[in-house]
Parts: sequence; C-alpha cells; structure tokens
Amino acid sequence: MGVAPKYLLFLGCAIPYRVLSFEVSARRVLGKLGVELVEMPEFNCCGLPLEPLSHELTLMLSARNLAVAERVGLNILTLCPGCAGTLKKTNRALKEEKALREEVNKRLSEVGLEFKGSIDVKHISQALIEDIGLANIKKAIVRPLKGLKVAEHSGCHLSRPKKYIEFEDPENPKALKMLIEATGAKCVEYKGETECCGSTIAAIDDKVSLSLVREKLLNVKEAGADALITVCPACHVMYDANQIRVERMFGEKYEVPVLHYTQLLGLAMGMSPEELGFDELRVKPLKMLEKIQVIK
Amino acid sequence: MSEDEGARPSKIDPKFRYEVARMPGGKSILQCFQCGTCTSDCPVARFNEKYRPRYIIRMAQLGLRERVLNSDFLWLCASCFTCTDRCPQGVEVASVIRTLKNMAAMEGRIPQVFKDILGTLLKTGYIYEIPESRIKRREALGLPPLPKANIESLARTFGSMNIKAFLEGEDPSKKIREVKLWA
Ligand code: SF4
Ligand code: SF4
Repeated sequence: MGVAPKYLLFLGCAIPYRVLSFEVSARRVLGKLGVELVEMPEFNCCGLPLEPLSHELTLMLSARNLAVAERVGLNILTLCPGCAGTLKKTNRALKEEKALREEVNKRLSEVGLEFKGSIDVKHISQALIEDIGLANIKKAIVRPLKGLKVAEHSGCHLSRPKKYIEFEDPENPKALKMLIEATGAKCVEYKGETECCGSTIAAIDDKVSLSLVREKLLNVKEAGADALITVCPACHVMYDANQIRVERMFGEKYEVPVLHYTQLLGLAMGMSPEELGFDELRVKPLKMLEKIQVIK
Repeated sequence: MSEDEGARPSKIDPKFRYEVARMPGGKSILQCFQCGTCTSDCPVARFNEKYRPRYIIRMAQLGLRERVLNSDFLWLCASCFTCTDRCPQGVEVASVIRTLKNMAAMEGRIPQVFKDILGTLLKTGYIYEIPESRIKRREALGLPPLPKANIESLARTFGSMNIKAFLEGEDPSKKIREVKLWA
C-alpha cells in the first residue's frame, strides 16, 4: 500500500437506524488496516428508497450528496450497496450527460453546490479489494479462521444492474468469496446464492419477502454453513433481525447466525466480539465463536 | 364490475407505451418480445401468483394504462434487477416497472409507506427518524456523533418539484409535473 486510503464515510439511513454493528465493525477494521475515514458532513438519504415514487427526486438526493463530497474533495465509501449503487449511477450519468448535469447544477447552484465530476464512489467490498488489496488484508490476519465454514450473500445492488455497477459478475459473484477466504474461513457453495433478500418490499408484502428469507436460510443451513456473511445492512436486517419472525411464521428453526463481513474479518484480525458489535446481533453466534475458540 | 374491464376498447390507450418510453428509464419497453425470461427468473413471481413482470410489460405495451397504474402488484417489484440483467432483448425491466410506479405516483396512487418515508425525509433528511436510544447507543459503542442533514438546503435542492403534491395528491387531476431529468 502506498499512501493510506482516505474516504468520506457515507452512512446512509439504515445503518444509523438499525445496523450499528456494521458501522462499529467496519470502522474498527478499516482503522486497523490503515484507512482514514472522514465523517461526511450534511449528508442525506441516497435516494434509492424513494425511487419508486420519483426518479427525479432520487437523482437530486444523490446529486446533492455527490456535490457535498466534492466540496470536501474525497472519494465516498459506503457500507450499504444500495447507497453505493445509487450514488455510482448518478455520478456516471452526470459525468456523461451534459444536459442533465446542467439542469442538476442549476438547482444545486441555488444552495451553493456544484457537481463537477471529480470523485468516485465505492462500496466497502470494492474498496477492500481494489484499494487495500487482498495481500494487505491477509497480512493483517493474526487469528486465521481455520475450520470455519460460512456462506456468502453479496446482495443485489452490489452487482446489479451489471451495466451500471461494473464491479462484479452478478451471476457468479466473487468479491465477497475472496474476502472471506482471506480470513482463513472456507466459503461454501449453496443453492440460490444470488437470490434477493426481499427487503425492499417488506413493507408492501411481508409474506413474499419473508418467504425469500426462509428459502435463503434453509439453503444456507443445508449447505452446513456456520454463519451467513453479508455486506448489506438491509440484507442483514432481513436475515438476522427478522429470522425469529420467519421461524414463527413457518414453524421452523434455522439458527443461522448472520455476520457482517467486517465482523468476520475483525475476528480474524484478533478483535473481540464486543469490539465488533456482536451484542447487537439477534441470532447469537455462540457455536461459531466456540468453533474458532474465541469463546470457550 | 364483472367483466374484464381492461379488455374494453375504450380503456385502451395506444399511445401509452410511447409515453412510458419517453420517461427516464422507460425507453426499452418497446424492445420486449415477450419471451418470459424475466418472469421465470423473478424472485417475487415465485412467491406471488399475481406478480408477473412480463405481463406488466405487456399490459403497458397494449395500452392498458388504468389497469397497470391502478394495480397493487406494480409495487411488489423488489428492484433486484435480476430481470434487467437477464433479458435477452436488453429491456431494462426493473427500470420500466419503476417508471410505471413513478407514473402511478404522479397521478396520486402511492402506497402509504412511501408517503411516510417521504414525510420523514423532508423532516430529517433520512427516511427514518433516528430515535434517541440509537444516538445513546452510538455513544456507548464509541461511535462519532451522527452528522446532521441540512434540511433547508435539501428542500431547496428539489426546486420546482412539487413534493407536497406527492404527500397530498390523492386526486389524480393534481398531476405532478412530468419528469424531465435523467435517462
Ligand atoms: S425477458 Fe425481456 S424480452 Fe423477455 S418478456 Fe421479459 S422484458 Fe420481454
Ligand atoms: S427487479 Fe422486480 S421484476 Fe425484476 S426480477 Fe427483481 S423483483 Fe422481479
């Protein structure tokens, strides 16, 4: 690593509201890897949740965030793939389409902002692979998670739609697998790996979304994984916080712990479960922690 | 109404698909040749008998404007983009469906949850109101304080967009202005 990477941290809405464990573990892990995070001032919702209502509204929300980041002069790092996808799409459209940029800038100028197209946006998975590098991650491992078998769930917005995200192959996602293997854990294959968690329609039809959760948890369990690893706050809420609801709804037991990737990595880097926000998890990963002898 | 309302000629708007195609993200509707790949790969369609992305596209192509825009199932799309990535015709299915939702919204047909999150956004800058307990928890976990959104600046960024109409607009005649931005 040459110069230590420095980013503006874009937290989005879901993390401060419900998923502090992701934020805590990400900050601790990135800090130890030499990444400097700067708090993003005055950020607002990326716009994605409001896209069904108005594309224009979404565009203005994300354009505003980009312009604020440009004023600071740092690239954006997000923990949420939905935020990353929305900001990336807007960034690209505004860079490429002059007429659109002009119209957006007319509005932004009223609040003293301007989109110039001088920064990039990355999700933490992408930053870990492209800017920090697997070799540096491996160097930071002091407690290799040998013997641990986990399942990955990248989430839709990290790679789809392919045409706009340009990071990963959505049909055969590899980034999270590589990141998992770097910790010494083994990544198992399972049925329906790329299936959606259904979070975006949880408030419209929870039967459909919870059916998707059920299917995922059953498949992960069948593959014999000790835990399911996510890199998206929304997917994490669906699989962890909602797991008990799904168990009740279908009269089944899954007991699949769901960890943020940064929690897994943190364990491998020698941090304690407390430091990594494990208290916040609903499904307690006790067996898993025993297996890697973090607790006895 | 006992008969199939949508099949009546008077209910067909042959220009509807061009209207969709002119909306940001709607253009590719004209390319769909009804192969059904989108439906067969759609996770929602697997768990809901009524939800069929191919039908939605077809209804829109045929000009069944009211029937599509009034439907409840339109809002079931999970925006996973699986259909978009797999359509052999390059139809951006998820974006076309989102366009239809936007058109429904412009006519005041909006599920309550979206009104709620828009209301919160205008108040806080986020779609949730972060409760005091979470702010305290942040401190306990050693997290830095949450930056505050600039609500005033945010509201002014929306400029001429008639956001209030989204919140109050049950009346379809109060059409929110056509969206010009983005592709
Ligand atoms: S996959 Fe594409 S071409 Fe086939 S039915 Fe769906 S939208 Fe039409
Ligand atoms: S984006 Fe919507 S229509 Fe397309 S596959 Fe996903 S849920 Fe189905």
